[in-house]
Amino acid sequence: METLALLADGFALSLSPLNLFVVVLGVTIGLFVGAMPGLGSVNGVAILLPMTFLVPPASAIIFLGALYYGAMYGGAISSILLGIPGASTAVATTFDGRPMAQQGKAGLALIAAAVGSFVGGTLSVILFTIFAQPLADVALAFGPAEEFALVLLAFTTFVGLGGDDIPKTILMIVFGLVLSTVGLDLISGQPRLIFFDLPGFYSGISFLVLAIGVYGIGEILWTLETTRGKAPVTTARIGLRDLWAGVRQLSHSVRTMTFGSVLGFFVGLLPAAGATPASLMAYGMAKTLSRKPETFGKGAVDGVVAPETANNAASTGSLMPMLTLGIPGSPTTALLLGGMVMWGLMPGPMLFIEEPGFVWGLISSLYTANAFAVIINLALIPMFVWALRMPLTILCAMVIVLCIVGGYAPDQRLHDVWLIAVFGVGGYLLRKLNYPLAPLVLALVLGPLMEKAFRQALISAQGDPMTFLERPLSASFLVLAAVFFLLPLLKGLRRRPADAPGRTP
Amino acid sequence: MHRAELLMAVAMMALSVVFMVMATDLPIGWVPGSGPGGGAFPFWLSLIMLVAGAVILVRELRARQTGRAVRKPFINRVALLDIGLVCAAVVATIGLMHVVGTYVAIPLFLVFYLRVIGRHGWSLIAAFAVVTPIVLFLFFEVTLRILLPKGITEPLFFPLYAFFF
Repeated sequence: METLALLADGFALSLSPLNLFVVVLGVTIGLFVGAMPGLGSVNGVAILLPMTFLVPPASAIIFLGALYYGAMYGGAISSILLGIPGASTAVATTFDGRPMAQQGKAGLALIAAAVGSFVGGTLSVILFTIFAQPLADVALAFGPAEEFALVLLAFTTFVGLGGDDIPKTILMIVFGLVLSTVGLDLISGQPRLIFFDLPGFYSGISFLVLAIGVYGIGEILWTLETTRGKAPVTTARIGLRDLWAGVRQLSHSVRTMTFGSVLGFFVGLLPAAGATPASLMAYGMAKTLSRKPETFGKGAVDGVVAPETANNAASTGSLMPMLTLGIPGSPTTALLLGGMVMWGLMPGPMLFIEEPGFVWGLISSLYTANAFAVIINLALIPMFVWALRMPLTILCAMVIVLCIVGGYAPDQRLHDVWLIAVFGVGGYLLRKLNYPLAPLVLALVLGPLMEKAFRQALISAQGDPMTFLERPLSASFLVLAAVFFLLPLLKGLRRRPADAPGRTP
Repeated sequence: MHRAELLMAVAMMALSVVFMVMATDLPIGWVPGSGPGGGAFPFWLSLIMLVAGAVILVRELRARQTGRAVRKPFINRVALLDIGLVCAAVVATIGLMHVVGTYVAIPLFLVFYLRVIGRHGWSLIAAFAVVTPIVLFLFFEVTLRILLPKGITEPLFFPLYAFFF
């Protein structure tokens, strides 16, 4: 009941004219960003974060949250109409979305994707609403030792569950952590790792610089290489009658939707998992549980519904640890966390006590974002068809301009823009060699928190490292971390795996 | 692919050694009574980075011996040209921002990109090259009050400042 009262207060904030406007704007831009081949929520948030200085911090975060949601809906559009996933999170949507489009059922596929996304988004926001406060209450008991152990746990999930090459994953995590130590030492205030004595490094390397480099410039280089050939756009028209027919047909998919939402939400909580694996898992499960598994891959409606519900649910799931614990569940939420820290809204349990208005405003805005996303998505389908016909080179040029100018804007230093170029090229090369980039970005965001927690815990324990093991919560996180870390080793003992090339987000 | 893999592993290892050497400027050991010194975090993490890089390197070298190395080219030739051009254009644009400022560098970049990479018509290029800087100016300078770098073209903007601020 208390939660409902808080949520009602939240709606008072999120339904203000400005916030309603930023939600609509965020969702619309997100839909376009998501629909563009190659660009997903993380690229959209990275590139557009500097533009949000225009509005107050709370509205900026609400805007980015809406953008995140919109991009999740939008990913399905190019999966269906082009057969190219709009983002890695929509890969599974191509399996049945593309065959449906080729059979002339593009409209139904788009409706299924939009409604599935809406159900997945809404059910997961309800789960979020129920679990957020209790989790934040538990997290209130956390001291620096627990924080350190929790961050370590987050990183080990990449090793145990990430599915990428393990030495490369570890290398990317520690590389990100080392980059996060550049600048002034948190405790003593002395400068360290000042490359070439450049004054620009004294303030450290901003998460935004790395993110714009990797997800902006790096992504464009990647897109240049992968989407050289033009894919034919399938046209889709949706009238009210199609909509009604589609919704009626979707009544058979209620089970798939519920199941995809719950699965997606819980998979999304894990830092290493997130929307892409959640959507693939949901697709697999839907196929296994289906009465007609042979129709999957040939244009089954459930084959579109399952991944779309799951990826939207997972994106909400990954917001929860970010907001309640201060540990992001995905690269996109890592950027949201970085943005919130930049605006002085430190995510974590204290935020629920100090800024309840903001927290519940943000949560309630997720409900409105979902409602607008499904409406705008269906209403603007002709616009998306038109936008997908736009030559990709125009989009690439605009993105690069936004990266350069947007990278300059936050601190007004060309030093940052140079770094963006370096990270862009470096990130592209690393990605080509199957080095996972998500742990790198997460490590840079979480590095300062991890080091501070580690050293504060030791200072308050007079330098006794046993403090991490003597505190029960911290000890259990560390044990769990050890399990995740050793998981691949145990698997390796059972059977020697072939050298499979890793995946990249 | 294989050679690129080796080069990247070596580059990462070299980078980690640089990090380790730089980290030794601050105490990297255990400060009695308060835990690790200021250089410890970067130093020991860089060491892990070095080890991880070495593992990748050794694995790749073994793959070469057993003939399991991936032989496909790292980047396809046609894409390489485009990627090289885009990288060069980005570097040139940032460099030009220091000298002639954003409002000359960005249109030049757009003209280059849309013409050479995109092969678009001149009317479309002209439209983008003119509209983009105006939008940037209105958004960043007028609305957000963030002044973009202008280099030697700064004096040309004085009348605009006088009008807007």
